[in-house]
Amino acid sequence: MMTYDIVIVGGGPAGLAAAVAAREAGTQSILILERDHELGGILNQCIHNGFGLHTFKEELTGPEYAYRFMKQVFDEKIEYKLNTMVMDISPDRVVTAMNKTDGMIQIKAGAVVLAMGCRERPRGALNIPGYRPAGIFSAGTAQRLVNIEGYMPGREVVILGSGDIGLIMARRMTLEGAKVKVVAELLPFSGGLKRNIVQCLDDFGIPLKLSHTVVDIEGKERVSAVTIAKVGPDMKPIPGTEERYTCDTLLLSCGLIPENELSKSAGVELNPVTSGPVVNESLETSIPGVFACGNVLHVHDLVDFVSEEAKKAGENASKFVKEGAAKSSKEPIKLVATEGARYTVPCTLDTDRMDDLLTVRFRVGAVFQDSYVSVYFDDERVMHNQKRIMAPGEMEQVILQKKKLSEYPDLKTITIKIEKE
Amino acid sequence: MTYDCIIIGAGVSGSATARELSKYDLNVCVLEKGEDVCSGTSKANSAIVHAGFDAAEGSLMAKLNVEGNEMMGQLAEDLDIPFERNGSLVVCIHEEEKGGLQELYDRGIANGVKELKLLDKEELHKMEPNLADEACAALYAPTGGIICPFMLNIAMAENAAMNGVDFFFNTEAETLKRDEDGIWHIRTNNGEYKTKYVVNAAGVYSDVFHNMVADKKIHITPRRGDYCLLDKEVGNLVSKTIFPQPTKLGKGVLVSPTIHGNLIVGPTAIDIEDKEATATTAAGINDLIEKAGMHVKNLPVARKVITSFAGLRAHEDNHEFVIGEVKEAPGFIDCAGIESPGLTSSPAIGKMVAGIVCDLAKPAKKANWNGKRKGILNPSNMSVEERNELIKKDPAYGQIICRCESISEGEILDAMRRPLGARSLDGVKRRTRAGMGRCQAGFCSPRVMEIINRELGIPIEKITKSGGKSVIAPERTKAGKGGEA
Repeated sequence: MMTYDIVIVGGGPAGLAAAVAAREAGTQSILILERDHELGGILNQCIHNGFGLHTFKEELTGPEYAYRFMKQVFDEKIEYKLNTMVMDISPDRVVTAMNKTDGMIQIKAGAVVLAMGCRERPRGALNIPGYRPAGIFSAGTAQRLVNIEGYMPGREVVILGSGDIGLIMARRMTLEGAKVKVVAELLPFSGGLKRNIVQCLDDFGIPLKLSHTVVDIEGKERVSAVTIAKVGPDMKPIPGTEERYTCDTLLLSCGLIPENELSKSAGVELNPVTSGPVVNESLETSIPGVFACGNVLHVHDLVDFVSEEAKKAGENASKFVKEGAAKSSKEPIKLVATEGARYTVPCTLDTDRMDDLLTVRFRVGAVFQDSYVSVYFDDERVMHNQKRIMAPGEMEQVILQKKKLSEYPDLKTITIKIEKE
Repeated sequence: MTYDCIIIGAGVSGSATARELSKYDLNVCVLEKGEDVCSGTSKANSAIVHAGFDAAEGSLMAKLNVEGNEMMGQLAEDLDIPFERNGSLVVCIHEEEKGGLQELYDRGIANGVKELKLLDKEELHKMEPNLADEACAALYAPTGGIICPFMLNIAMAENAAMNGVDFFFNTEAETLKRDEDGIWHIRTNNGEYKTKYVVNAAGVYSDVFHNMVADKKIHITPRRGDYCLLDKEVGNLVSKTIFPQPTKLGKGVLVSPTIHGNLIVGPTAIDIEDKEATATTAAGINDLIEKAGMHVKNLPVARKVITSFAGLRAHEDNHEFVIGEVKEAPGFIDCAGIESPGLTSSPAIGKMVAGIVCDLAKPAKKANWNGKRKGILNPSNMSVEERNELIKKDPAYGQIICRCESISEGEILDAMRRPLGARSLDGVKRRTRAGMGRCQAGFCSPRVMEIINRELGIPIEKITKSGGKSVIAPERTKAGKGGEA
């Protein structure tokens, strides 16, 4: 059996940033396992710009952003294996992987960083009735076909769901000469970033119909038409509101699901809200020495935050390798999201192990205007930040100070909620 | 050339018949309008091997069901396909309807079903802890089983092809007539085919061909059944196939594990006109969710569904298999009205139909017939050592293409290289399961397309989901054409 101090599952933005950070923290023996034929993950097909504004203070394309990290991996001579699928992770951190040249290999890892990313919700999971012809794609699959393979999935397009990839693809398909007829979104608000709605739909005159869903797909061989209808507050289609669009393509951008099948088989506890692992302040899962970051932990809208999070995971994995499992005398403080806040990452916090500042990320469950993000230390409100607008498509954060926490030695629960005043 | 026998339709009935006929010294071919075998009724059903207590006593349906069930174990072994007798339960949820179970039991015994047993509430809940609390009694049939309809159909056809049967795909029989010499002329979109005997295994279209030649007309109603397939995560919610008590529209909405470890829920029963209308409807799916929940509790249909689909049963007005030579059309043999339990019965149907052909043709047996066929390797059943040995010999088995179902490039190549190999995404999917998992081919379809392109030389723009006009990516992008992006 091979041994490595740190095995990183996934060579996308999260895995790359974790690897670089772990090396900078002094760990020599690192192995990245990547299933695709190159490093960079999904960024390779994100050829639009807008990446890196936070990290590099400049606008990069996806591949350019990925290359900044890949170069560090190359320069640091961090080991990686491509075309390699991780088949299993055991609770005692034995990683089983497979590729053409090594066959099936087992690697004993001092620490594991989970960085597998996420997948798109398919048509089947949406219970959309109708035929099952060719021409129905998840937005990311269409993006791969167009940007990597160089093929057009179709000419006349309807998009269901206003997730960022769907919005980006509305623009991309339009630039390639396709006609994007409408974007329908089930919810009364978009799941994508505001800037993407402006730059990808508004600038091209593509209508966004909120509170609409697909109620029929026509075409026995290839999609020939799609019917959308308005939905009521119960999310059920309202009869009489149907609009039929002739088209040859339906793209779906209806949510991303963290890919945690490996985490589950390892016995990692998952948060039902995020579908990602439950982690502590060190981004360590319920299995000591197994860390998680990026979209496998919770779906991000900006890769800059993925890199930042992954850096922490890499540093903490390195620390785990050097110092072993953290021993703490006290119960960790629980982080609770309620009243408008849907979840927090992390879920628990140990003040002995945290840095001076800890970024807690969360999402809201609806659109809030002129509201406050409030943080309670048990029953005492300690933070009350006004926000003009908050939406589910944009990740929020609060920063906790170790110094401030030290004033509350018996603190049990930190609650984040959204308040009107 | 004139064939000895032409079979119209490469579904389970046609393929089973072809395999049986391949035992004899006969020139046989199968005409299939789809681009692959298993393209119609055979591809979308409950994937169940019925025990045989449903069909009316003394009916052909009952006889062939029980026979087919008994044949399935050996057939699955010979064809190297997975099959499991997981047992089935007809569950009663209303005390006052318990009598119906006794009726079914009696019918089962009369039909020759073995090992039937009535269970009381306690035994039942011990056997299936996730049944609804209302479940108060059941009929248990240990001989009930689960099978993959694609694999059964494909394996029978492959084995027939190995033994000399010709298959012509994208070849739609349009009309047929018998000349004065007694030779049948079948007109298709690909020219005319001649044969001494015709087997009408045309599924929902079997009435059309029957009625072209027979005085006594039959009528097939496409009876649509909607299904939901659930994630493997909940595949073990029940271990047996759970039926409600039957009604006159059929056996009702079942909940069952599949042979591949998913959970299947369905079907609805909606009589329609259009013989191609396999669209699901919201009403159908909602009906399914409601009914399935009556017998099994905590059924996460809405949350854990990975796909839904609809199939068409070839429902004949008398709800009976129509098998036999049409008197006024010598040499025309019907294999019509094959609806549930058609999949279960298919081995017996094939044997019966082939028997009729042989009685007429009186052929000699082939000396070198080989009824065994090796399936596509399933490396996930191998030990690490075996798997490494395999990858050393053929590295393609080390490259995972479908991550959800862990399907390697080696398996996909095998699916294309064997007799009647896959030529489309669905062809690959039905042979290997690549694309059948929880992401529903989101990740693997571009990669499978690349392999199809490389292996079969089909240009990417021409690769289809399932033949015909079902192209996936019809043209190049501007940059792909060599222009400015």
